[in-house]
Amino acid sequence: MSGRAPGSLMEIYRSKFRSEIAVQFAYRGALAIWLLGLLLEPVIYLVVWTTVAASQGGAVGGFTAGEFAAYFAILMVVNQLTFTWHFHEMEWRIRQGFFSPLLLRPVHPVHNDIAENLTFKLLTFTAVVPAAIVLLVAFRASLQPSLVDVLAFIPALALAMVLRFLVEWTLALAAFWLTKVSAINQAYYVLMLFLSGQVAPLALLPPIVQTLASLLPFRWMVAFPVETLQGRLSPSEILTGIGAQIVWIMLAWGLLQVGWRAGVKRYSAVGA
Amino acid sequence: MRAVGLFWLSLRIGAMNALQYRADFFIQLAQSTIGLGTALAGVAIVFGQTDELGGWRRDELVALIGVFVMVGGLVGVVIRPSMERLMEGVRLGTLDFTLTKPVDAQLLVSVRQVDIWRLMDVALGAAILVFAIAQLGGRVGLAAAAAFAVMLLAGLAIVYSFLLVLATLAFWLVRIENILVIFASMYEAGRWPVGIYPAWLRVALTLLVPVAFAVTIPVESLIGRLEPTTLAGTILLAACFLVVSRWFWRLGLSRYTGASA
Repeated sequence: MSGRAPGSLMEIYRSKFRSEIAVQFAYRGALAIWLLGLLLEPVIYLVVWTTVAASQGGAVGGFTAGEFAAYFAILMVVNQLTFTWHFHEMEWRIRQGFFSPLLLRPVHPVHNDIAENLTFKLLTFTAVVPAAIVLLVAFRASLQPSLVDVLAFIPALALAMVLRFLVEWTLALAAFWLTKVSAINQAYYVLMLFLSGQVAPLALLPPIVQTLASLLPFRWMVAFPVETLQGRLSPSEILTGIGAQIVWIMLAWGLLQVGWRAGVKRYSAVGA
Repeated sequence: MRAVGLFWLSLRIGAMNALQYRADFFIQLAQSTIGLGTALAGVAIVFGQTDELGGWRRDELVALIGVFVMVGGLVGVVIRPSMERLMEGVRLGTLDFTLTKPVDAQLLVSVRQVDIWRLMDVALGAAILVFAIAQLGGRVGLAAAAAFAVMLLAGLAIVYSFLLVLATLAFWLVRIENILVIFASMYEAGRWPVGIYPAWLRVALTLLVPVAFAVTIPVESLIGRLEPTTLAGTILLAACFLVVSRWFWRLGLSRYTGASA
């Protein structure tokens, strides 16, 4: 974004990593409480769907209880790696005028947020993976991915991370125009809940919702990597998915540029 | 009587404060509607695949959603904002001003802050509940309705006591604004009957964080599924919770020294 040598950008990232780790360790309690919420949600839906599967003679919509367990355990990891918190942060920054110091720095503020995001995920990843393993074991998950599925999962997950970050960062820019983005934030969150496969695997939703989830970026941000690792997709479906991810990433990237330029013009710090 | 008067006063002050920001009404309306719609859509998706969930039928689960939203609203109207203000008061020392007032301090801190927009959740939840009861038809008699009212009150008393204990911890730990989030995240589990959860989680939702008493048990009493012993036990437990939380509050308060001077 800026015409800097890649080396100096790396350095900026490295120092941001160090300071972020220190910040996160200062808020251990908040981290633990956050983890509790992160673990509870997939467990709730996992329990609901295994109960349904049991009452329907062991399977529902092509999912057995063990496959539900695998789905929600992987979902938890994918969700942890892809989620962002920029909706709250951006509104707070803009309303309180905390954007000013970030704007004065010689790098685009998005780098600050990318570094923050990656550090936080690196830290919490060490807690989420054991939790996912406990889920897999405790709920007797059945998961036999082929080598192709595992290999395809890696780019699918990486692209999902990029896509969700770009989409949510771009939407958070709405705070430049609106003083309260909480209603938009909640509407987006609900769409995400249903269309990205967090309430139930998309295969269990009505066909029209499934189509909507595939046409919009939602499926490609969370559900797609999960389905890939579970071995539910054919090679051509995987390729189509990765193509959809790339197209949406380019679109979101363009929107971010336009929105950012227009937004910064509107920004005026409050106070002295 | 005093409690009701004080609560009414806070409600009026809260209303006057809130009415300065009228756009918030529409934001809260949007949020409450979205929240309720999400819960109902979740039920619709599940019952698209099955006729019953852990022995609960669709109408019964809709009633559960109604109570879930209603109780969440009641906690959000007064209990949660008051507890947040109490913890802030301990941290900043502004609790001094409360303690000098000539009323019981526990009573005052418990009703002092009101978020009137959350009444919308109470109204929407109640509307869904009434709708669900109409669907259930003749199954809800006068006795069941009375038992429901008693269980709802007992559940609220238990949740209030639990949150008061959490907030009182601020006297020892000072910086724990996040602690109430524990209840908020565990409460999410209450949108489904706790009976479907595995034993460890059921125990946690009953004893560790009393979500079961706030939502599942009142609804069970409404649809006539509650054992009389559970009913009596819940009343007894609510009384215990109230006594213990008051004792704990006094213990915490005796440690309060004010933040300045």
